[in-house]
Amino acid sequence: MSQRKTTLDRRTILKAGAGGALALAAPMSFIRGAWADDFCNMPKGSTVTFGFNIPLTGPYADEGNDELRAYQLAVKHLNGEGDGGMLKTMKPLALKGNGVLGKKVAFVSGDTQTKADAARASAKRMIEKDGAVMITGGSSSAEAVAVQSLCHDIGVIFMAGLTHSNDTTGKDKRAYGFRHFFNAYMSGVALGPVLAEAYGKDRAAYHLTADYTWGWTQEESIKDATEKQGWKTIKAVRTPLGAGDFSQYITPVLNSGADVLILNHYGKDMINSLTQAVQFGLREKMANGKKFEIVVPLFSELMAQGAGENIKGIIGTANWDWKLEDEATRAFTKSFGAAYGTPPSQAAQTCYVQAILYADACERAGTFNPTQVIKALEGFEFDGLGNGKTLYRGADHQCFKDVLVVQGKDNPKDKYDLLNIKKIVAAKDVTYDPAIFGGELGSSEAKKC
Amino acid sequence: MKHISKTADFILLGCFALAVALGPFIFAPIGAGYPDLLQKFAIYGIFAIGFNILFGLTGYLSFGHAAFLGVGSYAAVWSFKLVSMELLPAIGLSVLLAGLLALAIGFVSLRRSGIYFSILTLAFAQMCYNMAYSVLTPITNGETGLRVLRTDPRYLDSALGYSAKMPTLFGLEITGWTGYYICGVVLIAAFGLSNAIFRSPFGMTLRAIKSNQNRMGYTGFNSRPYLLSAFVMSGMFAGLAGALLAATDPLAGAERMQWTASGEVVLMTILGGAGTLLGPVIGTGIIKYFENIFSAYNETMLSAMFSFVPDGVREPLVKFMSLFVGDGWQLTLGLIFMAVVIFLPGGVMEGVMRLFRVKHTPRVRSLGDSPQRDMLGESIIEEMPSDYDSSGAHKHPAKNNVTPVAP
Repeated sequence: MSQRKTTLDRRTILKAGAGGALALAAPMSFIRGAWADDFCNMPKGSTVTFGFNIPLTGPYADEGNDELRAYQLAVKHLNGEGDGGMLKTMKPLALKGNGVLGKKVAFVSGDTQTKADAARASAKRMIEKDGAVMITGGSSSAEAVAVQSLCHDIGVIFMAGLTHSNDTTGKDKRAYGFRHFFNAYMSGVALGPVLAEAYGKDRAAYHLTADYTWGWTQEESIKDATEKQGWKTIKAVRTPLGAGDFSQYITPVLNSGADVLILNHYGKDMINSLTQAVQFGLREKMANGKKFEIVVPLFSELMAQGAGENIKGIIGTANWDWKLEDEATRAFTKSFGAAYGTPPSQAAQTCYVQAILYADACERAGTFNPTQVIKALEGFEFDGLGNGKTLYRGADHQCFKDVLVVQGKDNPKDKYDLLNIKKIVAAKDVTYDPAIFGGELGSSEAKKC
Repeated sequence: MKHISKTADFILLGCFALAVALGPFIFAPIGAGYPDLLQKFAIYGIFAIGFNILFGLTGYLSFGHAAFLGVGSYAAVWSFKLVSMELLPAIGLSVLLAGLLALAIGFVSLRRSGIYFSILTLAFAQMCYNMAYSVLTPITNGETGLRVLRTDPRYLDSALGYSAKMPTLFGLEITGWTGYYICGVVLIAAFGLSNAIFRSPFGMTLRAIKSNQNRMGYTGFNSRPYLLSAFVMSGMFAGLAGALLAATDPLAGAERMQWTASGEVVLMTILGGAGTLLGPVIGTGIIKYFENIFSAYNETMLSAMFSFVPDGVREPLVKFMSLFVGDGWQLTLGLIFMAVVIFLPGGVMEGVMRLFRVKHTPRVRSLGDSPQRDMLGESIIEEMPSDYDSSGAHKHPAKNNVTPVAP
């Protein structure tokens, strides 16, 4: 009956299509070129906006929240509020404590949900909507690699937060991306001799690895470093990020013939896998006539807090620790503690430093133009930011500084005093040839967005 | 018998196209007028429109539609890597692969209905997700995500001597506003297509399945091919959305296939109004707005917003409000969703219709079926008793005691 009337025929569809296309084409002409600037998000008014892209949810949320606290502190210090923190100790320092190039620092933040997808969406929002001139933060290498290439394509500088994968400044490096944090390769070099000394040269290792760029490169680096010491690698098993329950991966370890379990996990994943491994009695077991050991190549105070008792005696590496004795660390810990009542984590420190380094580079370059700022950061040598003498290498935008080998304390004084600094490995010992990871930086030319 | 005419459909489509065209200006006042979010509106709008063809028309609730979105994304990125940076081959491949996967999943899942169907689709989607994370990592690159690299071969491009850094459509880079308008055109086309399906005899059949599948069977009507076509169609829409998602941001991650992503499209459709043409698009807008804008509010912004409130009150007020913004955005979304489901079971579209007192289709209820409120799909009325219209049923639609459609 009336059904024929309701269907569309070919002609009407064509007509509607043409009409629709016309209506759509109309606004294109006046929207295009709305953002004509010298470079993407050139700060115009009296403020300059930084974009803090951090995981507030997901397996690395603890780190993300601490990062945000550090960034807020950095913004305060840059604007000359608060006690100045590490701005008092940094050498050389171009910043004057009145913002950056006379502009007050404002910030926007976004939740990356510990997902590469969401991290990119959030970074895009801050660049497109809020006009952020620089993006920084992140607690996962997947995020860092994804956001770094996005920022490079758009033409906005990315100061990576906590990212430990070799790829970030290795095969996925970009001219617009910079990393202050150390990487898995350095962890391996620092950790290898310490492990051989503590557990002997005749060991068989079993790896559980978070299945993404960071896990892969850390597994590779630790494998290389331990095999150089004479260890064997029995097996390396990949586990999904945020798995929650690791029992199915831990059960086979016992009968595999391995006597060391290496957990290439981070954040809540590491807390879960370590706790379960300890609950399964791995640390009381004897294997191959030796005491079974667990190693966590990368760990932090936040994870130690989460893992509680289980962290005791575990060896790993860290980028920085609030118990270091230098003046800069004390100043930062004091000002962070005064603001939030807890000592800062290594994630907080690296993010704080990244924000300060970017601001300082702008001040030295005399402009926010990314090409000039990149030039100012490349090859920059500084001291007094908590890690001793540090170099931002121009060839791969990676910082080189001392690496800490840490161990879970047996008798902690309080809930923040969990890690013992076992050894400080000098920067020159962990420096490597940038060519070993391949990749290329690409053009640092400023782009309009 | 009043009938929504073809003209009305065209007016609706025209208004829709106009709204898409003026998107940047319409959404600017609420802080959503930037290309990335509007692209998401458009793309997830397509996803929800496709989902609505299955859920809104047949009532089959698929809990695994994200799998098709994910497969579409991966297919598109592989097309950008191996074939060409052009969008069209990518869309072709994505839609094809998503359609094939939908055919396979639908063929098995549609043997059951109701909750069993939902669970089956959910299980298949989770299987896809877990495979993308484990055995298929050589194809999907796992958690790191599949990206387009400078060194990829791109055989067609290199044969033609064409090179582009970003995905393009006839040489136009799919970024920023250009990207939005490309997605917008596809959204309008998808909307038009869904409109055509809603009005077609095929759409009518699907509605009939929703209102009483058993009776369809008794009259000698084999409903499964129709269901399967609807399922494949909505899977192809999802594949299309996945391709566009990969085109605007050439990175495909497995989290796109997670069950939360499948749940999201269900929420979008229900929030906006299942079975209505516009509802899914509106629902998409609301959810994506919350995810991107509300999650970005922080305490500093809140105190600036409440600067007119006296100091003593402001502090606790900001503290309280900050529970609902930032990482608490899902809490707010949950509350809104509850409010909508409780007070406006037909979704936002029901609210809009009540507001404008638009006469809408009386509820068709049969065997525990969900209400049909389709202001535009009034062909259903033709099956209603003729005295129904005059009884004033439309004035109090919510309180109205509805007569089941009985022969």
